Amino acid sequence: MSLLKAENIHKRYGKEEVLKGVSLELERGETMVVIGPSGTGKSTFLRCINQLTPPDKGRVWLDGVEVTHPKCNINKLRAQMGFVFQDFNLFSHLNTLRNVSIGLIKVKGMRKEDARKLAMKELERVGLNDKLDAYPAQLSGGQQQRVSIARALAMEPKLILFDEPTSALDPELIGEVLEVMIKLAEDGMTMLVVTHEMGFARAVADEIVFMEHGVIVEQGSPQQMFSAPKHPRTGEFLNKITELYGETA
Amino acid sequence: MLLRATLINIELLLALLLLGLLLGTIVALLQVYGGRFAGTLAAGYAWVFRSIPALVLLFLFYFGPSQFGINIPPFIAATIALGIRSSAYQSQIFRGAIQAIPQGQMMAARSMGMSRLQAIITIIVPQAIRLSLAGWSNEFSSVVKDTTLAYVVGLNEVLRHARIIMDRHYELAMLAYVAVALIFLVLTYSGNRSLSWLERRLRIPGLQMKGGTQNT
Repeated sequence: MSLLKAENIHKRYGKEEVLKGVSLELERGETMVVIGPSGTGKSTFLRCINQLTPPDKGRVWLDGVEVTHPKCNINKLRAQMGFVFQDFNLFSHLNTLRNVSIGLIKVKGMRKEDARKLAMKELERVGLNDKLDAYPAQLSGGQQQRVSIARALAMEPKLILFDEPTSALDPELIGEVLEVMIKLAEDGMTMLVVTHEMGFARAVADEIVFMEHGVIVEQGSPQQMFSAPKHPRTGEFLNKITELYGETA
Repeated sequence: MLLRATLINIELLLALLLLGLLLGTIVALLQVYGGRFAGTLAAGYAWVFRSIPALVLLFLFYFGPSQFGINIPPFIAATIALGIRSSAYQSQIFRGAIQAIPQGQMMAARSMGMSRLQAIITIIVPQAIRLSLAGWSNEFSSVVKDTTLAYVVGLNEVLRHARIIMDRHYELAMLAYVAVALIFLVLTYSGNRSLSWLERRLRIPGLQMKGGTQNT
């Protein structure tokens, strides 16, 4: 059984149909990278998975439990799916340590001392154990994004959804975030990543999904997608994006 | 005598601020998160009680019920009238503060499994309080002075006492009112100083806020 299954996801904003029936499956320990031009519904799709944006139609299962079921405990299920945002969304009134531990205390009901220890461990994992007392506004974008990854990790989720995690970063800060993500993928974390970082995709993706106009155009292994794409649009897009962004990872 | 009467103003001030804080917080949260129906209701409440003059509210809450044989003590009537009025103003201060917090933080809280209420309590409210302080200290200086309006419903507050002094010894009229004026200068000043101290204390490092100094 796959860890994550999305079936026929539809989402419409007013007249515009952003998602026109997207289905995919993700195995445990797999890293899947979703690519595609801006405005093709990639971010909306991620949000439909954890129900931040409930889909109009279609179903999602996490580890066999239906996330889209009207009677499911969505808060409990969300706690099992980490989400890393493009613009970090750290809690500005909490320092680094508390940003990571607050979910453990409030959602998992962990004791403060235990939450603190676990948070420190996760912050060490992203290389920020020297910034425990710093507040988000005192950190660089790259550091903030690493805190937000630690915040997701600390909840010990079954998978993490990444929504363009490096798109809001200055070029020189992208590397440190990708480095953390590559390490995670190697450690066996299940990841669904929307990104334009082709180097990252090539290096760690088990599967690449190319999305355009609300549908999945093509999906396959990185080798196949980069060297022998079946669909002409896939090749065009990959060429263009590699030219634009280069390969940082 | 004047100083002792000032204590009544201070009591009224604290009571009405507290009532305004409680109601104002609820109204603000309803207006932002309450959905269409509760939101409209909250906005209507804020609009109505900001539109009616304080004196009219005082008369309404004091003489209104007594017409039906319900006698509300002046202190209670003044607390309710001025407290409700203040809650309408406070609600708009809090609403602005809540809306100034990036929406992504709510999403981040929900995405880690917090309920809406948990997210509001642990993420939104602590930040909204900080953002409200500047506006709130403005509201404070305005209601400090409003406490003298309770004079009209017969509360034995400081202005009424000055009036009594004048009635007995007309030669002291100037002195009495100057004393009252000075009392309010001190009250407003010390209140605002405490609030700006609080504002500095609660300031989030790295975030520059009005009234604070940057130290990043």
